[in-house]
Amino acid sequence: MKVYEKPNALYGTFERKTGPALESTHYCQGCSHGNVHKMIAEALVDFGVQDRTVFVSPVGCAVFGFYYFDTGHIQAAHGRAPAVATGIKRANPNSIVLSYQGDGDLAAIGTAETIHAANRGENITVIFINNAIYGMTGGQMAPTTLIEQHTTTTPGGRVEGIHGNPIRMCEMISTLTAPTYVERVAIGNSKHIMKARKAIRKALQIQIEGRGYSFIEILSTCPSGWKMTPPDARDWMLEHMTKVFPLGVFKDESKAREPGSWDRVIKPFEPEAVGAYLKDFVGATVADPSQSKPQEMHCKFAGFGGQGILTMGLFWAQLAMRAGSKVSWIPSYGPEMRGGTANCQVNIADERIGTPLVEEPTMLAVMNQPSLEKFEAEVVPGGVLLVDTSMVKTAPTRTDIKTVLIPASEMANQMGTSKVANVILLGALTAATDAFPFEYVIKTLPELIKKKSLVEMNIEAFTRGYQYVREQQNG
Amino acid sequence: MATQLMKGNDAIIIGALAAGCRAYFGYPITPASEIAHAAAIHFPALGGTFIQAESEVSAVNMLYGTAGMGIRSMTATASPGFSLKQEGLSYCAGAEVPAVVVDVQRGGPGLGNIAPEQSDYFQATKGGGHGNYRLIVLAPNSAQEMCDLTGLAFELAEKYRNPACILTDGFVGQMMESVDIPEPKALTTDHRSWAVDGTPATRGNLINSIYLDPYELEAHNLKLQAKYERCEVEDVRFEESDIEDADLIVVAYGIVSRVALSTIALARAKGQKVGIFRPITLYPFPTKRLAQLAEKTKKFLVSELSTGQMVEDVKLAVGHTAQVRFFGRCGGVVPTGNELLDQYDAILGEEG
Repeated sequence: MKVYEKPNALYGTFERKTGPALESTHYCQGCSHGNVHKMIAEALVDFGVQDRTVFVSPVGCAVFGFYYFDTGHIQAAHGRAPAVATGIKRANPNSIVLSYQGDGDLAAIGTAETIHAANRGENITVIFINNAIYGMTGGQMAPTTLIEQHTTTTPGGRVEGIHGNPIRMCEMISTLTAPTYVERVAIGNSKHIMKARKAIRKALQIQIEGRGYSFIEILSTCPSGWKMTPPDARDWMLEHMTKVFPLGVFKDESKAREPGSWDRVIKPFEPEAVGAYLKDFVGATVADPSQSKPQEMHCKFAGFGGQGILTMGLFWAQLAMRAGSKVSWIPSYGPEMRGGTANCQVNIADERIGTPLVEEPTMLAVMNQPSLEKFEAEVVPGGVLLVDTSMVKTAPTRTDIKTVLIPASEMANQMGTSKVANVILLGALTAATDAFPFEYVIKTLPELIKKKSLVEMNIEAFTRGYQYVREQQNG
Repeated sequence: MATQLMKGNDAIIIGALAAGCRAYFGYPITPASEIAHAAAIHFPALGGTFIQAESEVSAVNMLYGTAGMGIRSMTATASPGFSLKQEGLSYCAGAEVPAVVVDVQRGGPGLGNIAPEQSDYFQATKGGGHGNYRLIVLAPNSAQEMCDLTGLAFELAEKYRNPACILTDGFVGQMMESVDIPEPKALTTDHRSWAVDGTPATRGNLINSIYLDPYELEAHNLKLQAKYERCEVEDVRFEESDIEDADLIVVAYGIVSRVALSTIALARAKGQKVGIFRPITLYPFPTKRLAQLAEKTKKFLVSELSTGQMVEDVKLAVGHTAQVRFFGRCGGVVPTGNELLDQYDAILGEEG
């Protein structure tokens, strides 16, 4: 003979409950939550998973799931249980995660979380208590409230043209590819209840075996919210709700899913492995002790997008950093982006750098007309202005600065690619400012270029730019 | 030590990984998306998890789930997304879950623009969601600090079991500077006394923020309050430059503090004794220290990328003992060094 008693996954007395009557639940007479709680608890014990179960309590009457289930609990905000459950399951795939939700929680405020957790096929079990009403907040219309059903927010009954139709979640979720098992059951007569028990057990079994996402919708009664006696509520549910929400299996791919195939795991932190990975990824920058630091410079590189402006500035900053300077690099951003120029700003200094923004450049390199027009006036007296004359048709007007003109884009085209014009300018800049010795750049440049096949061409480009300026200086 | 030139946004992920962060949940938004891009590469490569969530709201709730399991986890967003995350952060604070969130502030209100602002200060420091709570708010002003303060955010979040926030802006995120990569260390904290991690050891634990009984909820609030008071004593951080003899102290954080730094030598060359006070923790705010400084220095200038938010905390700190002026730009406009210098001229030129 089988003895039916309270399963051990429910507490003997409910110590977490506030107020008197620690042996009874807070649920109303005739409410289906009690039945469902008992079926879940029984399954958790039978399957031996109570210790590793995490119950996600929703907002709604079942928010107090932690009064009753002797399992781990994480309470979630209204509608967010599937997102919280996702985090939990990823954190420990060995945990058994129950997202237990009512109709307002699951099918109204949390629709997005519901659909997307299902769509990702999280290996969790969603228990959906559909009683066609908001119970805890005072009997308002739920997304599943039936047409003509009276609630405190549809006092004249739900009207299709005003309130929309009852939403069918099993039908929606079963259209998705990922879910494994979707079934709608009811807490009706004993036959229904046995079916509900079977469905809950099957859903949990699927999760335990790692076969993926299950969604069990349980048509439930809310005699208080419906203002009916418990027997009337059960009859009403079976008569009316099952017409709108037909019972049955909507999707079952449990046999087709490989057990244990769900492996979206967060592995534990291994400091040494992370350290090695980060070092490998960022690649240590080795300062060159033989190279002395360049002078302090505040540089602006400007031109069209696609001319390699940002890279030019980045190379310049890296050359200085490897020589032991403090550097900052910032691309055009915010209001700077207007006016047809892309630019980046580089600061090079011995000491800590203040603003990364260069308001008064000591060095300006321009690769298009708008950049010359916009920035020439900013250069400090005695500063250096470098112009790609292939791209800029008017001559600079300032006489109090050092102007270096070089047809960098044409020189690049002669080499077969316009893409190295920026590096030709770098060569010119090096010669014009004497910021770095030629040999230092030739030695360092290969380390800055990611594609090794391009190293030779860049060295050649740099050399041509450098020599062009040196010849001008000597000539 | 490995050093590399990198963007502030990338440095956040490097700092997080080195601190043992194992999960990242995010939703695309400019100018914070690069943080998600870096996370999408590095978290899976290191056996962690990266999820592009269906919404900012879901992202912060996934974070609540993993962090509630005792795993260091994070999310990052920009201002409109930060607004959406307030619900989740309130729950994290209420349930004492140590989550880390990054807000790369952009222009607002509403859709605003993608240029930098510092106009989420109120939302970040005053408890932007419902209820009595605070985030621990750290404000980096360099790529190195983006990395280091992210690590610190995880430590403080766990120390107080409270969400911590990196409050930064688009400039600090986009800026490249050299970053020393920290050496990851084994975590010494044990989450089993409070977390629910799906093992027998934590079966009796509860992550929860509902207290139906008013007296219980009041007690819970007072417990949270006691933590914040402790935090205000133990974990205030700030940086001072040239304040010893200052006639005028500039109070600024993030990118504005960098602009201010560039002006000090220029001001002093003109004989103006100007110093900088930079709060690193925006909550807990360095109230006491500012009050101390106001005993000696009688003029303060607060500069922010906002129409005036942090300035309220500075005024509260110094009371009537000193004069507090405000100079803000917003919409993505950053004050120039010359604009700040003009402010110094005006303030120091005034009588009294």
